Amino acid sequence: MSDFHLAELFSYYNVVLLLKGLAATFLLSVIGCFAGFVAGFVIAILRMTRSLALAPLRAAAFTYCFLFRRIPFLVTLMLVFFASQSSKLELSTFSVALVSVCLIAAAYLGEIIRSGLESVHKNQWEAAQTLNFSYLESLRHVIVPQAWPIIVPPTFSFFVMFIKDTALASQIGVMELTSASKVLTNKGFSAALVYGTVLVLYFLISYPLSRLGKRLENSLAATRNRRP
Amino acid sequence: MPQLEIVDLKASYGSQKVLEHINLSVEKGEIVSLIGPSGSGKSTLLRVLMGLLPPEQGTVRLDGKSVNYANKAEVRELRSSIAIVFQQYNLFQNMTVLENVMITPTRIKGWPKAQVEADAIRLLTRVGLAHRLKAYPDELSGGQQQRVAIARALALKPEVLLLDEVTAALDPELVTEVLDTIRELASEGITMFIVSHEMSFVREVSSKVVFMADGLVVESGSPQQIFDNPQEPRARDFVGKILRH
Repeated sequence: MSDFHLAELFSYYNVVLLLKGLAATFLLSVIGCFAGFVAGFVIAILRMTRSLALAPLRAAAFTYCFLFRRIPFLVTLMLVFFASQSSKLELSTFSVALVSVCLIAAAYLGEIIRSGLESVHKNQWEAAQTLNFSYLESLRHVIVPQAWPIIVPPTFSFFVMFIKDTALASQIGVMELTSASKVLTNKGFSAALVYGTVLVLYFLISYPLSRLGKRLENSLAATRNRRP
Repeated sequence: MPQLEIVDLKASYGSQKVLEHINLSVEKGEIVSLIGPSGSGKSTLLRVLMGLLPPEQGTVRLDGKSVNYANKAEVRELRSSIAIVFQQYNLFQNMTVLENVMITPTRIKGWPKAQVEADAIRLLTRVGLAHRLKAYPDELSGGQQQRVAIARALALKPEVLLLDEVTAALDPELVTEVLDTIRELASEGITMFIVSHEMSFVREVSSKVVFMADGLVVESGSPQQIFDNPQEPRARDFVGKILRH
């Protein structure tokens, strides 16, 4: 009986559906993490500046991080969805989800990276400054290498959490893993079986990522000598 | 012409005045020591000179040319002729000893690497650290770190060296090794500005001693004058207390 169900669940059509869902989830996660990290880095660097000329940009970066970390993911998704509809941009639901995940990841990672950069002692900045390092040279040669080990662990724990949150894209009709599983249960397949499969697929995405995070952590701890 | 001239300098942290009416001039090769109770503005004076705290008023002249601290290019130029060594060493924690000494000449100044490296090794040998080139700062003792910091400053071939309580964070045994290094430099004719609480050392190496209190220069003169025959009551009081210990 269950053999019959399994064979039927993994029919060609259903497997394609699941793989497409997996691909959508994978893309949302990877692009969200990557774009979010890059944008978050820029936001963090901007927020660490002191010059008067950059004050408006600094305020904007602060407000952005402040707001988007306080709005539920689903609400951000809806906001982008309705904004795209009313602006006649006519983004596909996938693009809407993609924009949303990038917005959210950038806000969170901006905060994580900023706090990492700020954890480096002020005297390192001063030493660099008196040796005529520019702001960016100080960051590149002195501050970022020291902040890295502080930034990596929370960043990867955010990535792992974030992959699961992309499931919310199912709410606006993006055919990612969670939506695909809904379709399959609606077709009458055993929910335990369908969600069991989806669980494995989510795990397949997030486990290698957390392993990578662990490895990065160790190698960074090795380049800077470990304290006893 | 004095190499470094400070005229009526004033600085504050927010509303708190920390330096007022500072007038000093330093000839090339002179070793000027700033002494005085904690909070008297000695370290702040060095920070102002280095452009870490903008002065409120007054003039600083280097080789007769006045420095506008609001102008980034002028501050950069100033920093290429003055180097500072901090109380807390402030070595770059992510770099080895050799990298700490080499990074500024190679990456910021763009000097040729081979020559910088030879120079760095020569300097580190001089401060007695040739055997720790590959060590990271937190693998070194405080005294060793401070000597690396001195080598890092010297690698830029500064005309003036500012030493901000360089032995204050060290235990007595390590103080000696750092002071020996400075003594050697002193004999080579580099202009130095020293903030220190090591009075016997100050007396020995200084060509001029400046006593500061409450953000003011109270008295300045030869070491003999300041230590043996101070004129101002505030200075007499301070010196008297130290000599009793």
